[in-house]
Parts: sequence; C-alpha cells; structure tokens
Amino acid sequence: MKRLGGFIKKEIIHILRDKRTLVILIAIPVIQILLFGFVLTNEIKDARIAVLDKANDNASHQLTNKLLSSGYFIKTEDLRNKKDAEKSFQKGETKLAIVLGKDFGKILETTGRLNMQVIADATDPNTANLLVNYVRAISMDFLQNKSISYPNNQQGKLEIVPRMFYNPELKGVYMFIPGIMAMLLIIISTMMTSISLTKEKETGTMEILLISPLKPSQIIIGKVAPYFVLSAIISVIIVVLGSTIFSMPISGNILLLFFEILLYILLALSIGIFISTITESQQSAMMISLIALMLPTILLSGFIFPIENMPVILQYLSHIIPPKWFIIIIKNVMIKGCGLVYIWKETLILIFMIIFFISLTIKKFKVHLE
Amino acid sequence: MRTIKHIIQKEFVQIFRNRTMLPIIFLVPIIQMIVLAYAATFDIKNINVSFYDQDQSQATMKLRSSFEQSPFFKVNKPIHSPHQAENALLSDQTDIIVNIPKHFEKNIKKETSSSIQLLINAINGTKASLANVYASSLIQDFFLDYTHENNQIAIKKTGVPARDFTFKHWYNPDLNYKTFMVPGILVLLVTIIGMLLSGMNIVREKELGTIEQINVTPIKKYHFITGKLVPFWLIAIFELAFGLSIGKLLFDIPLVGSLWLVFLSAGVYLLVVLGIGLFISTISNTQQQAMFVSFFFMMTFILMSGLFTSVESMPLWAQWINKINPIAYFIKIIRMILLKGSDFFDIKTEIISLLVFGFVILILSTWRYKKTN
Repeated sequence: MKRLGGFIKKEIIHILRDKRTLVILIAIPVIQILLFGFVLTNEIKDARIAVLDKANDNASHQLTNKLLSSGYFIKTEDLRNKKDAEKSFQKGETKLAIVLGKDFGKILETTGRLNMQVIADATDPNTANLLVNYVRAISMDFLQNKSISYPNNQQGKLEIVPRMFYNPELKGVYMFIPGIMAMLLIIISTMMTSISLTKEKETGTMEILLISPLKPSQIIIGKVAPYFVLSAIISVIIVVLGSTIFSMPISGNILLLFFEILLYILLALSIGIFISTITESQQSAMMISLIALMLPTILLSGFIFPIENMPVILQYLSHIIPPKWFIIIIKNVMIKGCGLVYIWKETLILIFMIIFFISLTIKKFKVHLE
Repeated sequence: MRTIKHIIQKEFVQIFRNRTMLPIIFLVPIIQMIVLAYAATFDIKNINVSFYDQDQSQATMKLRSSFEQSPFFKVNKPIHSPHQAENALLSDQTDIIVNIPKHFEKNIKKETSSSIQLLINAINGTKASLANVYASSLIQDFFLDYTHENNQIAIKKTGVPARDFTFKHWYNPDLNYKTFMVPGILVLLVTIIGMLLSGMNIVREKELGTIEQINVTPIKKYHFITGKLVPFWLIAIFELAFGLSIGKLLFDIPLVGSLWLVFLSAGVYLLVVLGIGLFISTISNTQQQAMFVSFFFMMTFILMSGLFTSVESMPLWAQWINKINPIAYFIKIIRMILLKGSDFFDIKTEIISLLVFGFVILILSTWRYKKTN
C-alpha cells in the first residue's frame, strides 16, 4: 500500500509539473461551454441578402423595408440583373437574392399575387431553407395586411402561433452540457491515461517499473488514480458552469448523478488502459483515441447530430458508443429527474463495458518486454 | 538543398516504418470520411406531428392531408384533449402538435381572423426551429390555396391559383446535406492529420533525445523546419486528393470549380496548419502537452469555423476571432470553389490572408526552435 502511495505521488508530480496541459485541461470545458452557449446557434440573424427590384414602386419598397426591419436580414447590395446575383453568390457575399418582378405593386393590387422570386445559395441547405421560409412568412404577412386594404381580395387572416416547449429560447444547453461532459471525460481519461502509459514504454521507463516490486495492477492503479480525480474535478466544473450560467436544471438525485459520472470515468479509463496495451508509441495511442473515440463521440452520440436521421447501420453502430448511453443517463437524471429505476439498463451497459475492457486488458497486458 | 533532402528522406523512413501509424494515416481518414458524411447531417425528416383538431371540418382534413404528403412530416394518431397533448410531448411521442381551434373553417371562410397554434418540443433547438418553419409554411400554403378556392373573385380574375411567390435553391437544388458537409469534412481530416503529425513530431525527438543528435550537426534551423514540413505537406495533399476522389465517386459531390485552385489553396492552407503544428511542437516539452495544446486550438477553431453552424449568426466578437481562424478561411474557400465554381479573384483575400499567416507562423517556429539549450 505504501509503495502504491509513493507511485501515485510520483504520477501527481508528473501531472502538476506540466502547467500548460493543466491549464488547458481546465480551459477546455470552460471555453467549450461558452462556445456552445453563445457562439454556435442555429438561429438566423443578420443574413446577408441582395435585392433586385425591377418594379421600384411603393409596394416593392414597403416589402423590402419589411424584410429588412425583421432583424433576420441585412441588405448588402442592389442588383441590376440576375447575372449579378450569381457573381454575388460566388464571392460569398450573399445568401439570398430577392427578385421583385416588374409591376409588383400593380399586380398585387389587381390580383392579390406576389410577383416575386427568391433565389437562395443552397450550398448550406438548412440555412437556405430557413431563410427562404422566413422571407415567405414575412411576404405572406405583408400580403395579408395588404389584401385587407384592397376591396377586391376578400379573405380572412390566419395567424400561426408557435409555442416552444421545455426550451422556449431554443438554447442548445440541454443537448450540449451532457454532450460536452461525455466528450471531455473521454478525452481526459482515455487519452491522458493511454498516452502516459505508452510514454513509459516509449522512453523505456516501463521496464524499470516492471522490475520494481510493484505489481502490474498496482502500476496501472497508480497511473490511473490521479486522472480519475482530475476527471471528477472537471465534471464538477461542467455541472456547476452549466447550472449557474445556463441554468441547466439538476432535477434528479445529485448523488446518483455523480455515481453515474464516476462510472463513466471508470469506463473511459479502462478504455485508455486497453489502448495503451495495444500500442507502442504515444503518437499511435493518441491517434487511436482521437479517431476511434473522439470523433464517434461527437458524431454518433446524438450530441450534435440527431441519430434518428442517420442510416440504420450508423444507428446500430451508435449502440456500441459508450457516450451515447452516458448522455441518455445524464439527460434523464438532470432534466427529467429520473431515479435509478428508469436508467438501470443504461447503467448496466456501462458496467458491462467496463468489465469487457478490463478483462481484455488483463489478457493483453505484457509483463515482459520483447 | 542536399541537407533538406536527407532530412526529408529520414522523415519518410520514420513515417513508413511505424506500423500502427501507417493505417491511421491512410485508412482511417477514409473510413472516417464515409462515416462522417452519413453521420454529420442536420437533415431533418420524419418530424412526428399530431393534430389536436377541435374543428373536425373539411378544411382541417385538407390541412392534414397536406402534412401527410410532405416528406418532412409523419402524421401520428390524433389527440383529443389538452392533457393528452402535454403527455404526448413529455413522453417524446410527438415533436409537434397542431392545435386547431373550434370554428376554424367557418372563420377562415368568413374573412375573420383565426389562429392555429403549434406546440413544439424544443429540447433540440435546431430541430424545433426547422419543424416550426416547415409546419408554418405548409399551413400558410394551405391557407392561401383554401381561401382563394373560396374566393371566387380572385379565381375569375386570374384563372390561376393566387400565389406567385416562387423560390429556387441554387447550387444544391435537392438540398442535399452531404454536398454541404463533404467539403467541410475534407478540411477537417486534412487539418487533423496535418496538425497532429507535425505537432507531435519535433517534441517526440526532444522526448526521445534524438534532437540532440540533430542539434550537433551542421543542419541549419530553416533546413530542419523545411525538412519536417515537406513530408507532412505531401501526405496531407495526398489525403486531400484521395478524399476528393472518394467524395466524387461515393457522394457525387459537385466539382464545379477548378481543381487546381483547390489544391493551390490547400497548399497554402497546409503551410499554416503545419506551421502551427511545428510551432506548438517547438514550444512543448512532452508529446502529451503538444497534443493537448494542438487539440485545444483545433477544437476551438473547428467549432468556430462555420463547419456546422453559419458564421454570420455568431456574435460579432466571435466573427472577429474568426478573422484569425485559418480553418474558417479554408472551409469557406473549398465550399466556394467546389460547390459554386468561384474563381481565384473571388477568393483572393482569403488566400492572401492564409499566405500571410503561413509565413508568420513558419518564421515564428524557425525562430523558436533553438539548437542550444
């Protein structure tokens, strides 16, 4: 036990000595939360549009003004013809060109039709779709207001009232706090442990450790323990930041929440140890944890991209991604306030994965060096 | 010149000797690209919609069938009470509930106003706002068609349905999300491989002690940096070419613009990426540290680059930060060339900015690399 204590102390010194990495480890969650909270929004604001007004009459000016005062659009230029629109798109200056046809006002007055066309730069399809539909909604509103003042066009008025439930400001916080936690714990626990273990191999100090009276299991525990604590601290930071800045609720039992987090950290650590047994250099350990773990975590866990729209194969694949289960657990505990009764299945999956990786490691771990 | 050649040769020998790294460098990016292109999609389809129809009229039947025909929606069982509506949202059975008030048909026929309420489950904000937009535009179209059908005057006057708002989606008429994502993913892969390989490289020599052996040779500082730069540059360019072919063959992404221009800008961009990697490598003491520093910058830059969300919607300070974000420039460039066929003059500002970054960072890393302790 005393030997193990000494070994852990050595590891802690190693970690504390590298100030730069420590600072970054603390900075990553903070910056990520701020980025996701404030920078990465899907709401449309100040999209740049160009206007080609062939009519240049009262009604066309009114509609243009109405569009521009909505807050969604900024006019970058007035086009002279449709060719200009293409140029403007190719320079990347505009997302949308609005063409108001000849005699816009006259046609509107006599027939109640909007003689207009919207051309969208659809390289980004969702944005294009949203923008077109915003223009449409605003123009229809304009049309309805107008037709009341024209006696020829008698029609009622229809109002569509959307109500956003659970998350009225459409903040991404409910999605990203569990997602960031899942991702960072993988990075810190898996990457750091696998790298620090392979480092001993690469620099040859592993041999020294192996001939020391420490048992292999003690070496691993000693390596892993400091990172376990570090990961726990970082998850507390994430939870606290999420609930203070973005008022992410913690409806469930906080002890249960941390039990699940610790379970997940344990899983991440055992994956890290496993990676270190199958690689020889730090570089490969890092690449494997980055490419085999990080990217799938971001992509297949449902954290950024909705799983239900992926091809079926990927949906199946997402089942073997640990973060997916962790995110479900965290969402249930934090937002819905579920107890263990509702999440025992996911918890069991995590435990099973831990056992799987640890037994693989025991099988693969070499006490001798070639 | 000969010295540089020898360093390059040494680097290549080292890269190809490493049996775990080789598949990582060449195979994994390809698998990743295929998986990413399918997974990284915001394509929203099959939105579950339920009707709480208090009117039960012909008009609402019509509205419902227009939802049923839309590819975006899947119409679920109707709902009969507000309580049931709330439950359906809570249990994730439905994403959106269309609440139609009593006397809806009567009201819209009689020129008085009426309203439809959309109750949307907004835990996923992106999905909610798209669902809202799709549903609203469907309802609006329905309304215009319906009222004009009942408005004899309008039909007599025009003889056509009274709607003339048309729209066109240029460059990506099918609104295929892969067309948008694949060029971005290419950038991602080239960046990750380039930055990590270069970021870990010099520091590895430090950690293993082999840098001392190089330091005592007459190799000049710029020889060393160039020798390190060229192999990774070639590998990354090769990966880009490989990735582009896969994108073309598998996902049929349009290659509208000039491929030469793509590779020219990639070449300039890689100078920046590899420069940043080498710089991190010269200031770090351990590979772990180098990796975390490069990971940190990469992650921040990638998230802010406009790969997933549009740059214009970001707050102003974030847009300012993006002025020094090389990934943002290159993603913009590659999408413009590949999808829209922009030419050199459309992207010259971006290329020049990248070129300046590249020189600055390479000079910095040459300067920071010290041959003496």
